[in-house]
Amino acid sequence: MKYLAQQAINALQLGSIYALIALGYSMVYGVLTMINFAHGDVFMLGAFFCLLLIALVPVPFWLALIVVMAATALLGTLIERFAYRPLRKAPRVSAIITALGCGLVIQNTTLGISPYARPMPRLLENATYQFGGVTITMLQIVIIGVSLGLMLALDFLIRKTSFGMAMRAIASDRAMVSLLGIPANEIIAITFAIGAALGGAAGLLYGMAYPVVSASMGITVGWKAFVAAVIGGIGNMRGAVLGAFILGSVEVMTVAVLPSTYRDLISYSLLLLILVFKPYGLLGKPALHKA
Amino acid sequence: MTSSAALEVDQLEVCYGGIQAVRGISFSVNPGEIVAMIGANGAGKSSTLRAIAGAVPHAGVIRIDNQVIRTTHPEEIVRKGLSLVPEGRGIFANLSIEENLRLGAWTNRSNYDMNLSKVFGLFPRLKERRNQMAGTLSGGEQQMLAMGRALMSRSEILLLDEPSMGLAPKLVREIFAILRDINQAGVTLLVVEQNAVMALRLAHRACLLELGAITLSGTGTELLENPKIRSAYLGH
Repeated sequence: MKYLAQQAINALQLGSIYALIALGYSMVYGVLTMINFAHGDVFMLGAFFCLLLIALVPVPFWLALIVVMAATALLGTLIERFAYRPLRKAPRVSAIITALGCGLVIQNTTLGISPYARPMPRLLENATYQFGGVTITMLQIVIIGVSLGLMLALDFLIRKTSFGMAMRAIASDRAMVSLLGIPANEIIAITFAIGAALGGAAGLLYGMAYPVVSASMGITVGWKAFVAAVIGGIGNMRGAVLGAFILGSVEVMTVAVLPSTYRDLISYSLLLLILVFKPYGLLGKPALHKA
Repeated sequence: MTSSAALEVDQLEVCYGGIQAVRGISFSVNPGEIVAMIGANGAGKSSTLRAIAGAVPHAGVIRIDNQVIRTTHPEEIVRKGLSLVPEGRGIFANLSIEENLRLGAWTNRSNYDMNLSKVFGLFPRLKERRNQMAGTLSGGEQQMLAMGRALMSRSEILLLDEPSMGLAPKLVREIFAILRDINQAGVTLLVVEQNAVMALRLAHRACLLELGAITLSGTGTELLENPKIRSAYLGH
């Protein structure tokens, strides 16, 4: 029982990080029906930005989080503005290739600057707490807490604010959004910024939890989050979070009973299995109307 | 050149990749007026409205309140006080009715509550269902929502593309009665319609569009009595 509770905390930690990244994939898909394949690499850069920042000025965790989120938000906006927006009317395959290309450019630039994996310095005190024999670290509390806080903030933003309504409206009919006097391009740019900021936060948190930062993180971790978004139903925010926690749990459980080399086999098999029965993902719906 | 027109169109042309949909038409709409544009499918009615709303590029001159419009960004046109209710209504099915209305108020967020109660006053059915998803509304209610949403911007000029499309006769009458109310509240209307009788009865002035050109114009009554219109569009 204790063992199970311990594993549940691990699953919650991994799931939270996957969820933050998956939301970025899902948000962008929601407004542009496009997979932003560079998103995993923005996540990776979140961790590297943190390394860089700490090397320059030793800042506390909260400040590092804010700076990293701002930096990745800016990066996400730039990618949208200069790589994707010019291709808005181009064939979809061009946008996909551009996204993959952006990801590879970011990844290989990072690899050029930092060819080896780097350790992440400690940003938080190494405190642990006991709850009925179950150990939870300060780090785990912060990771899960920050992730949930960001997710709730995003949920509020999407459901209750005019910006969120415009974002959902763009998913339904972008041309109509402009006819109401709403600057659709700005909404799309802000969507990218928020998605990238969440990805950057996830990069920082992941770097703290599994304290090795490498240029290939975008693929090994970022693509898992993409899988999570698809399992939940890409374009659906709550689905992305659900998919992330399912994937996180399955991975943690797999590693608990099987050699860790089976982890990816199981998670990708889960993706295939879910898609056979729920082709739009768990909470996804076929598009009613796409303009 | 200045005039007192709320909307003035001079030698407007619209092309879609080599196909000319609108061939140099000119007309004007005075403040407080209802102007109807009738004509068959493909005559260029929607293209004219879309060009005025900034949704498609155009040649020729469009003036809103004597300001020449060159932009192809529809969001800038709304800020000038002109809104288009497009063909097919363009409601956001995955948003609630009130959320749709709130997006309509994007350019005019002050007095939101007052504007909302005005719109609900015109369309009581929307008020009853304000939290319902817009996709669950009937065709007539969707048309009401699209009109109410455009009114939330407090636009002075409203362009309506086929407001009667797909609606039962009773609902069409209801929609047109509301259009008259909207006009009497001071909103200038340019209505494009295939339902020529209803449109001509409503309008102060009207024009007939054929193959991208205006072939007849006059008061609504004049066009209603015109033999050509009677035989071709009214079935007499």
